Amino acid sequence: MTEPLLRVENLQTHFASELGTIKAVDGVSFDIPRGGILGMVGESGSGKSVTGLSILRLLGSRNATIAGGRIMFRGEDLLTKSEAEMRAIRGGSISMVFQNAMTSLDPFFRVGEQLVEVLRLHQGLSKKEAREKALNALELVRIPDPVAKLKSYPHQLSGGQRQRVVVALALACEPDLLIADEPTTALDATVQKQIIELLQEINQELGTAILMVTHDMGVVAHMCRTVAVMYAGRIVEHGDVADVLRTPQHPYTRGLMASVPRLRTEAVGEGHVRQRLYQIGGSAPLPLRLTDGCAFAPRCPEVGPECWEVDPPTVASGAGQEAVCHRRAEEKAALTEVVQHVGA
Amino acid sequence: MSGRDVLVQAQDLRKVYAKPTLFGTGEEFVAVQGATFDVLRGETFGLIGESGSGKTTIGRMLLRLVEPTSGFVGFDGHDVTRLTPKGMRRLRQRMQIVFQDSGSAFNPRRAVGEQVAFPMRQFDLCPKDEVRDRVVDLLEHVGLRADQADRYPHEFSGGQRQRLGIARALASEPEFLLLDEPTSALDVSVQAQILNLLQQLQEERHLTMLLITHNLALVQHMCDRAAVLHHGELVESGPVDDIFHKPQNEVTRRLLDAVLEPVAA
Repeated sequence: MTEPLLRVENLQTHFASELGTIKAVDGVSFDIPRGGILGMVGESGSGKSVTGLSILRLLGSRNATIAGGRIMFRGEDLLTKSEAEMRAIRGGSISMVFQNAMTSLDPFFRVGEQLVEVLRLHQGLSKKEAREKALNALELVRIPDPVAKLKSYPHQLSGGQRQRVVVALALACEPDLLIADEPTTALDATVQKQIIELLQEINQELGTAILMVTHDMGVVAHMCRTVAVMYAGRIVEHGDVADVLRTPQHPYTRGLMASVPRLRTEAVGEGHVRQRLYQIGGSAPLPLRLTDGCAFAPRCPEVGPECWEVDPPTVASGAGQEAVCHRRAEEKAALTEVVQHVGA
Repeated sequence: MSGRDVLVQAQDLRKVYAKPTLFGTGEEFVAVQGATFDVLRGETFGLIGESGSGKTTIGRMLLRLVEPTSGFVGFDGHDVTRLTPKGMRRLRQRMQIVFQDSGSAFNPRRAVGEQVAFPMRQFDLCPKDEVRDRVVDLLEHVGLRADQADRYPHEFSGGQRQRLGIARALASEPEFLLLDEPTSALDVSVQAQILNLLQQLQEERHLTMLLITHNLALVQHMCDRAAVLHHGELVESGPVDDIFHKPQNEVTRRLLDAVLEPVAA
């Protein structure tokens, strides 16, 4: 096996708060191969965004610290890099796209100027070369009439076009890895689909690996190859998208999949009795981790006594799919016993 | 459905905003035009559209929170568009709204119980010494605890605030509830809780609901009939089954095509 492009090992990102240390990211590990697309899914407060920000060390605030782990990018640990080295990496070999395009664009500068700035800074191009590459970048993200758009100010563009410009900025220096944090959440559905298709095309054409941070399983289903499900700062399940979506193993993943309203393919007719959605009771906890045990236990339909006290083990099921759960471990142990019994 | 029992009626609703310019008002912007539809008593009607399609403007015109430029709104036989302020006040008790971000619709400096009680006092719905009990009943009914009545809005999570918004909307015992993107700011697991709560309340209280949303799966899950909006105009309306299985309009088809189902390819 060749070395992955990105390998995050046992990442710990903590926030100091009045309530104690909040372990926003608590021992997260995952790989992204070259050209891969990993979906990092979870609800608000699960730590998915903080994971993305930790990779680029963009946690500006004083009360956030990366307390442990390694972030190996192309074989080098980003956590040992100096601030100057990180600046060269950000927007260079790793870049990031955020939810709100307007916060990534400067309202006072034309689109072209902003692209040229990034290109000259990272690649030391002449103005003329940078202008040419800026135009290429806009063509890459399929903005209609790119020559004219270079002269536009951000407010003159539609929401979808602005997000395309942000993607163009992120891709201008041909990064190996793009971290996209809810890039389509603020967009209309039809525009969301276009941006997702654009990211897929870029992934295929340029081989850019993507870490897609999202709360939306639909987005994961349509663009990611692998998925990691986060809950209270930890990855509770990961695997190939097809496996995790078809046969989710962790009770949280199962609940999440069941609580999304789906489009029905069959008509229901008038006067039918309305089905209730499956509902996960309660709400997600703050990841303070004052005691051992599974953070999902208070909301889990399959909870047992050990779930409250002992950290659950990681259980493999099938090719690369793993869930962190006492119940699945039990089932697997029981199955193994049966198999051995039959074998004997 | 035999004998159409119409509760809310919109007829040829139109809203034109004048775009302000440096020198007063300039060209006009048509936010909504020609919107005609009925909401039947006891049903959930969906208004579907992307941002800027006019769905929120229509909703607000039904409650006369936005004054229509022309057209007619009927509510249980009353002409909402021509009611006097006093008549309108009486009618408001019967129609309420739940916003996307109910947190911002609460005063941060007052205990939430007081605010849920406000419509009861406003419309003189029960004796003063019973208000507190009624508030507690309502809070428990929407899945909150009695002791939370004395807390302030910032002490609640997003899902709990939406429960508060629903409790306050129900305080005046309305027949009609306008839900403007009630779950789009919520996490999936919390959305399911709120949707189930709304369905339960509708069954118990025989509420008529209008659901404004851009989420088609939500409309199919919640609504009996719906209308699709595009650039301020109704492009298609009818029973949800028809809209989803036999879409007649290109806009509807495009919206359906853009739904990303959480299903492995």
